[in-house]
Amino acid sequence: MSRSARKSNLQPLEKKPTGISGFDEITGGGLPAGRPSLICGEAGAGKTLFSIEFIVRGAIEFKEPGVIVIFEEQAADLEKNVASLGFDLKKLQKDNMLWIDHVHIDRSEIEETGEYDLDGLFIRIGHAIDSIGAKRVMLDTIENLFGGLSNEGILRAELRRLFGWLKNKGVTTIITGERGQGTFTRQGLEEYVSDCVILLEHRVTNQISTRLLRVVKYRGSLHGTNEYPFLIDEEGISVLPVTSLGLDNAVSSQRISTGILSLDSMFSGNGLFRGSSCLVSGTAGTGKTSIAAYFAEASCNRRERCLYFAFEESPKQIVRNMGSIGIDLKRHMDAGLLEIHSLRPTLHGLEMHLVAIHRAVKKFKPRMVIVDPITNLVTIGSMSEVKSMLIRLIDFLQGEGITVLFTALVYDKDATVQTDEGISSLVDTWLLVRDIEANGERNRGIYIMKSRGTKHSNQVREFVINDTGLELVDVYLGPDGILIGSAREAQQLSEVTGLELRHYAKSRKDREVERKRMVLESKIATLKEEFESVRDELNKTFVEEDLKNEIMEKNRDELTKTRNTRNSSHGKRK
Amino acid sequence: MEKRVQKGKEESVLPAYKFRLFVTGSTPNSVRAINNLQRICEAHLAGRYSLEIVDVYQQPAVAQSEQIIALPLLIRKMPLPERKLIGDLSETERVLNALGLNE
Repeated sequence: MSRSARKSNLQPLEKKPTGISGFDEITGGGLPAGRPSLICGEAGAGKTLFSIEFIVRGAIEFKEPGVIVIFEEQAADLEKNVASLGFDLKKLQKDNMLWIDHVHIDRSEIEETGEYDLDGLFIRIGHAIDSIGAKRVMLDTIENLFGGLSNEGILRAELRRLFGWLKNKGVTTIITGERGQGTFTRQGLEEYVSDCVILLEHRVTNQISTRLLRVVKYRGSLHGTNEYPFLIDEEGISVLPVTSLGLDNAVSSQRISTGILSLDSMFSGNGLFRGSSCLVSGTAGTGKTSIAAYFAEASCNRRERCLYFAFEESPKQIVRNMGSIGIDLKRHMDAGLLEIHSLRPTLHGLEMHLVAIHRAVKKFKPRMVIVDPITNLVTIGSMSEVKSMLIRLIDFLQGEGITVLFTALVYDKDATVQTDEGISSLVDTWLLVRDIEANGERNRGIYIMKSRGTKHSNQVREFVINDTGLELVDVYLGPDGILIGSAREAQQLSEVTGLELRHYAKSRKDREVERKRMVLESKIATLKEEFESVRDELNKTFVEEDLKNEIMEKNRDELTKTRNTRNSSHGKRK
Repeated sequence: MEKRVQKGKEESVLPAYKFRLFVTGSTPNSVRAINNLQRICEAHLAGRYSLEIVDVYQQPAVAQSEQIIALPLLIRKMPLPERKLIGDLSETERVLNALGLNE
């Protein structure tokens, strides 16, 4: 250990990438360069495929010629077997990137007559390496020599010498070995190959098989020590690590809408962080899928692709059902913005699901992924397996900056603290939709259990689904506590009634006042009239008096004048 | 390429023996194998065998075509069927048995 520590301090161990997806991540770069590595496992564990991928991908992807020395299969069989993975061994051989040597040994054909060594094998491998300038060598399965030759002492000494010799030649070698009883390999090859030992296993639980890979030993290097599930499919081996050993994903502080305005407002009006993970959990029939559909539609409306994994319903069903609440998903599917993958959970094992999701994500490149519901996965794996799978899924999606929404069915009404999958601690945002039963009816309530890094409402909102969609209603806070559903509506109605009555009372009083005013005003008018007539009467007297006076004055003047005239006439006549 | 051929006289009715011996230069095993084989042949097959000695170091390609793993390797090409013997041929009894010279 001290040696390895010193080594890694001074100069990091050079590594050769295998090109096997996932494996290079868990080993921090691949297999130790220029050293032999041992791949062991039971029959059918994938040892040969792993090694061939190392060689062939090395030749294709890293331009490093490789030598395949097989001790079991015929070269022709091998070519056929890997042709299904899309590897054209013939062409590689023609291009001098690959050399295949089939070592055939049969004890019945050979008589041992004294001292011998394995120089023949050395020369063969050496010749192959030198012919194409190979950097990578695979020996599959060298232990078969033990079946062909009886002198174990010589064999062991020679194998030790072979591995040393390969190391001196500076080629990166993979040696496969069949798992033995209590040892990694039948012949204890791990004693000779001490730089890197990788164990492949095949475990069947509940009739569903899982392949597992573990780095048992990797001298001079840090490596993941867990068992990593891996898959063999038409694209070869994929190891699924918890994508990185650390948590160093880039984060976005951009916020995206959930599609439900009133829900956005619960996150201080901005919605969720892009690239975050969100869990919607709730009991049956609380509208989890509807929420998911809203998320999908919001994503599509932003012209961002959305990938929807449905474990319960078929795409057509989802489209139809969501049409009933006013969401037209078909339009987005036609526009190529939405893809719904419907799978039965029992179709294949958990790991296969994970890989299927990986593949689909890599292909479709969505900005939003919805898994509805994750609960169904429990039917095909234990809780801890599901959790481990979901961790890796979240990790992968967050690494890609994809926002992910999970829905989860909660069986027990009171199990609000923990989801069944125990993934509530992994997600950034957790919405809980639950039934609130009161007054003989069921109503839906939604609240935010947690939301990392965003300000969020602590209120329970009533959550209503109708023809036009989802709506969050502020719960009614009456004098008797929180009211929801018809109780809320009744309360609202009675309030309206009260308002009406008050309004009516008020208007009646107004009218009364008006009437009073009118009576008063008419009285005032009468009095005014009376006053007018009195004043007229008075005025009349005055006027008459004045007139009388005036006329009398006039008459007097007339009289005076008349008298004067008479006098003057008398005078004139004179 | 080191190739030494020793031909016996074609005088007998007994079948002719044709051997090919693969060695690695002049390593101790190789030298012993050559000496042992020549001794056995002279004792039992004098005059009716041919022997070809191939140095695999000189002809590495032959190792693959002849399925060579352990060396020294002696192949009895004739009479058929082919027999393969590995080792320095020091265990004379086994060599004679394997070559069918023990009657």
